[in-house]
Amino acid sequence: MQPILQVEDLHISFRGEDGDLHPVSGIDFHVHAGETLGIVGESGCGKSVTSLSIMGLLPKGIGRVSGGSIRFQDKTITGMTQKEMQKIRGNEIAMIFQEPMTSLNPVYTIGEQLGEQIRLHLGLGKREALDKAVSMLQIVGIPRAEQIVKEYPHQLSGGMRQRVMIAMAMSCDPKLLIADEPTTALDVTIQAQILDLMRELKEEKGTSIIFITHDLGVVAEMCDRVVVMYAGQVIEEATVRELFENPKHPYTKGLIASIPSLEQQRRRLYSVRGTVPHPSAMPPGCRFAPRCDYVHEACHVNPPLLNATEGHKCRCWLVEEGGEDRGRSLAANS
Amino acid sequence: MEEALLQIHDLKKYFPVKGKWFQPTTHVKAVDGVSFSIQKGETVGLVGESGCGKSTTGRALLHLIPPTGGEVVYRGKNLSTLSNQERRLLRRELQIVFQDPYASLDPRMKIRDVLLEPLEIHGIGSRQEQLKKVEEILEIVGLGGHYANRYPHEFSGGQRQRIGIARSLILRPSLIVADEPVSALDVSIQSQILNLLQDLQEQFDLTYLFISHDLSVVKHISDRVGVMYLGRLVEFAPKEALYAAPAHPYTQALLSAAPVAKPDSKPQRIILKGDVPNPAHPPSGCAFHTRCPHVMDICKSQRPELTTIDGAGHLAACHLHHS
Repeated sequence: MQPILQVEDLHISFRGEDGDLHPVSGIDFHVHAGETLGIVGESGCGKSVTSLSIMGLLPKGIGRVSGGSIRFQDKTITGMTQKEMQKIRGNEIAMIFQEPMTSLNPVYTIGEQLGEQIRLHLGLGKREALDKAVSMLQIVGIPRAEQIVKEYPHQLSGGMRQRVMIAMAMSCDPKLLIADEPTTALDVTIQAQILDLMRELKEEKGTSIIFITHDLGVVAEMCDRVVVMYAGQVIEEATVRELFENPKHPYTKGLIASIPSLEQQRRRLYSVRGTVPHPSAMPPGCRFAPRCDYVHEACHVNPPLLNATEGHKCRCWLVEEGGEDRGRSLAANS
Repeated sequence: MEEALLQIHDLKKYFPVKGKWFQPTTHVKAVDGVSFSIQKGETVGLVGESGCGKSTTGRALLHLIPPTGGEVVYRGKNLSTLSNQERRLLRRELQIVFQDPYASLDPRMKIRDVLLEPLEIHGIGSRQEQLKKVEEILEIVGLGGHYANRYPHEFSGGQRQRIGIARSLILRPSLIVADEPVSALDVSIQSQILNLLQDLQEQFDLTYLFISHDLSVVKHISDRVGVMYLGRLVEFAPKEALYAAPAHPYTQALLSAAPVAKPDSKPQRIILKGDVPNPAHPPSGCAFHTRCPHVMDICKSQRPELTTIDGAGHLAACHLHHS
């Protein structure tokens, strides 16, 4: 099956004071129709920059795609003009952000903001756009939608604002929705409501979703397949079940082991030592080597993303193509 | 039972909200009658969602903000009736670690000066001894003495949080209020800091009040846990009891809402309707009745008290358990 989005060897550069930085250096992934792909990683791993590049929203004059390609359906997005991009952005690919307060304009009412984008993309008149806005708000479960369209963002709670953002993103029936940490700023009970809503909308419309998060619990719940990023590279890719049951990369294993669990009780948590390298001082070989418990000589050279098993890729010398996970036997010996 | 290290009785903190023309000043009851005690050497966790009053409780009990009412008794001394000078002396023993490691360190102070400040304020030791203590404490929190000459911006979030911990630890306190100390950190760093806090507790015989919105973190680190909703404790119990058999419908919903890092576990989720009500106008009776799936008539008029439900240490404030 042809994927709806195909990212190949994507490089992103940012102009810095002391030369260019490369927050993303050569990532590959794809999204199928109707699928939810999770992108996980810690701050600075490049997950948000990747999503901005898909939307063509890298900060002008500072950030740029410096290599590779992004294909959406049968069009290559990278290299499109702003005008061409505008036809896709909002219409076919929509995005919701982490902080719903900063993504809404405080001086316009909800109806004006929602209506503007409906008029722009669907070419409706003012009256019809407002009706559509009201019905979108009802779909995302906002009570008193007729009144809410007359209110300003500050009058709504965080959960309600995120519902408005979702209504805005879904109003043009996008093929692909990029959700960048959509529930990170919300409380757990509100997060549960929003995740539930996203699942419902996805099932109804068959939208593909790229779900960017640092929360492995949310990944386990929402995603079909997961890409794990570290220091600007993809280090592992697998179906969600495979990733949690049989993680292969030492970093992924460390991440999973370091979450405190509601079910089990451990006296000590596993912790990955050290910190994420700064983009200006990337380790020369494997980027995880300085923090890795299994580091050995081969790690001076950065390993390629290998196919460990069908559909399970991993960037580690301990995992051989189609073969054994030597990390496990190493762990058993130590 | 041994006398508690810290006893909090009916603690209240109201913030005034100025009325408009000719309208009286009203109050947001951020903390409205919270009582619990902390035993020496234990960790009490306080969980709840934003605006439930958990951080205000932490600050009011340390008298970093003056409480509106209630008593806080530390080792037999009532903090509210002490003179400012006496209270300042007690600050050595009662310390706090803040959430945001970026905002809680002065960007213009070297780490050495950040850590010297508490020693200077309390007049502890000669200059030589103070500098030695700074190096020691940096080693203890896992940074190394050579970092003393640097400025906060040269550190990552996790390292800054270690500095925040070092600053509160340098006076050798007996109780530390840790207010969301790992919420701003990435998972791999979060586990480093949690392990550090546990090591320090063993090494220095510390008592913690651990405030967090993250249920699994609180479960990991606490001995007993209190759950807050709109300024009041709705449940308080030993950790095992609270997580195995939550009694209050709010605790049940909170626990079921937390995503679990296991793709195949699909817990029966209780999804609460609506948002937390505005704390300036809390609902009558039980403040949770507007969202409660088990609401009864009595809940709308009568506020349930926090009382024992098993004759032992499991307390809940819910009419379902008071028959």
